[in-house]
Amino acid sequence: MTALFTSWGMAYGWAWFLATIIGILVIALPVMLAVALIIYADRKIWAAMALRRGPNVVGPLGILQSFADGLKVFLQETIIPAAANRGLFLLAPIITFTVALIVWAVVPFQPGVVLSNINVGLLYVLAASSIGVYGIIISGWASNSKYPFYSALRAAAQMVSYEVSIGFVLISVVLWAGTFNLTGIVEAQRGLYGFINGNWANPLLFPMAIVFLISSMAETQRAPFDLTEAESELVAGYQTEYSSMAFALFWLGEYANVILMCALNASLFWGGYLPPFDWAPLYFVPGIIWLLAKMLFFFFVFSWVKATVPRYRYDQLMRLGWKVFLPLSLFWVFLVSGFLMLTRVGVPS
Amino acid sequence: MIQAIAFYIFAVVMIASAALTISSRNPVHSVLWLILAFFNAAGLMVLAGAEFIAMLLVIVYVGAVAVLFLFVVMMLDIDFSELRAGFVRYLPLGLALAVALLAEVIIGVGAWSVGGVNLSKRIAPIAEQTPNIQAIGDLLYTRYLFVFEAAGLVLLVAMIGAIVLTHRKRAGVRPQIISRQVARRPQDATRNVKPAVGQGVEL
Repeated sequence: MTALFTSWGMAYGWAWFLATIIGILVIALPVMLAVALIIYADRKIWAAMALRRGPNVVGPLGILQSFADGLKVFLQETIIPAAANRGLFLLAPIITFTVALIVWAVVPFQPGVVLSNINVGLLYVLAASSIGVYGIIISGWASNSKYPFYSALRAAAQMVSYEVSIGFVLISVVLWAGTFNLTGIVEAQRGLYGFINGNWANPLLFPMAIVFLISSMAETQRAPFDLTEAESELVAGYQTEYSSMAFALFWLGEYANVILMCALNASLFWGGYLPPFDWAPLYFVPGIIWLLAKMLFFFFVFSWVKATVPRYRYDQLMRLGWKVFLPLSLFWVFLVSGFLMLTRVGVPS
Repeated sequence: MIQAIAFYIFAVVMIASAALTISSRNPVHSVLWLILAFFNAAGLMVLAGAEFIAMLLVIVYVGAVAVLFLFVVMMLDIDFSELRAGFVRYLPLGLALAVALLAEVIIGVGAWSVGGVNLSKRIAPIAEQTPNIQAIGDLLYTRYLFVFEAAGLVLLVAMIGAIVLTHRKRAGVRPQIISRQVARRPQDATRNVKPAVGQGVEL
């Protein structure tokens, strides 16, 4: 696209600037639309698992329910508690929402179709997800209310703990692929055993796929790890004092994060935009369809877990993060690097 | 052009937020300004072509260190008047530190502008298109291997020290034995009884 604008006689810098802005819009607007639809899908899936009908009034099959909800919160009054720290109170949902969107810059949708093909792509993902915790901590502190504050403390501990094991899981994938670039990682999964596309079929990486799936649930604070908004203990956690659009931004950000984690699961372990099998006719389907199909599958898994598994206790959550996942993933980094040392690099004499 | 605009935005915001870090009254605000400063420093590093360092800065400092900072500061109960009273007492020391830092910056910039230090000749020159990560890894795991491992060892010792200092056995606590919780089955906890009419159940 930059080339198109330069051919219209624009300087390279401005052409790049304009092309990037258009790219951002092309990614961010569908993501927001997808969030609205995915909330609907989420509610339908829970309803089906609880033998209910779910939203079925607004639009055909209730598909416009999220838009109606959006319109409703948009028309509501924004209430800022008198004792709250005004600026930070309003900043917090913006941070959550923005961070959920910026990571999409490095997610590859097709071979070569990615907003910014940087060679530290995975580190960028880690960096952005480590900022995500600030939205919750700041909202908890700025609300000046005890339940949001407890929630903020829980969120800080939970997200920092699970980021550690996510980091090690990513390192073992990076070691296998030999690059931090997400497109490179997806391409490295092509043609395993000659016919499977995806790290999952690799017995060395499959356990890490499971660890990453569970950690991503903890990182997005979905059930069974939704202790930050456990309604039986903390009212609604960090969102307690929020109303209207600020609340909606938290909600959108949360679901955008969930979709993002589904995309990362798909890209890191299940072949991303590649078809599941390395068979020529499958390549006629565009890569983005495969990616979307995989993301929808993982979203179904997320909803499924949320609908069936009871909430963890906080000490169990911490134990799982530090005493199970951390040693396991650390050991796996050694295992993968040792295997690669033997097979690819060769033993140093 | 874009680079210049980005540089000035990052630099101005970074200096402003650094100034606000030390001047804001509320310690939580201070930490948040500090985080903004880290962030803009990362932006400057990306502009300088050191994207690996930039990402590490965000992951390590913003994502871990500053979170714990904020965690502690949020729970502190600080008496602000006492803090301000300390300001005059520590002013000479602070000024001395500031002068020393300024002198170091001037000496550094001076030496660089004279041209006495040519970094590309001091260390092994790096090929033009090598990615950051590879260049750092090549140096870290060959030339500076022992220094790197020694740094790791120091961190390990520090970690063990922190655990030894804070971990204490408390009496009268019943720790959870996870294996026993997991091994417990429904039939250990529940009993199906069918009492006759008018009779109670003995537990």
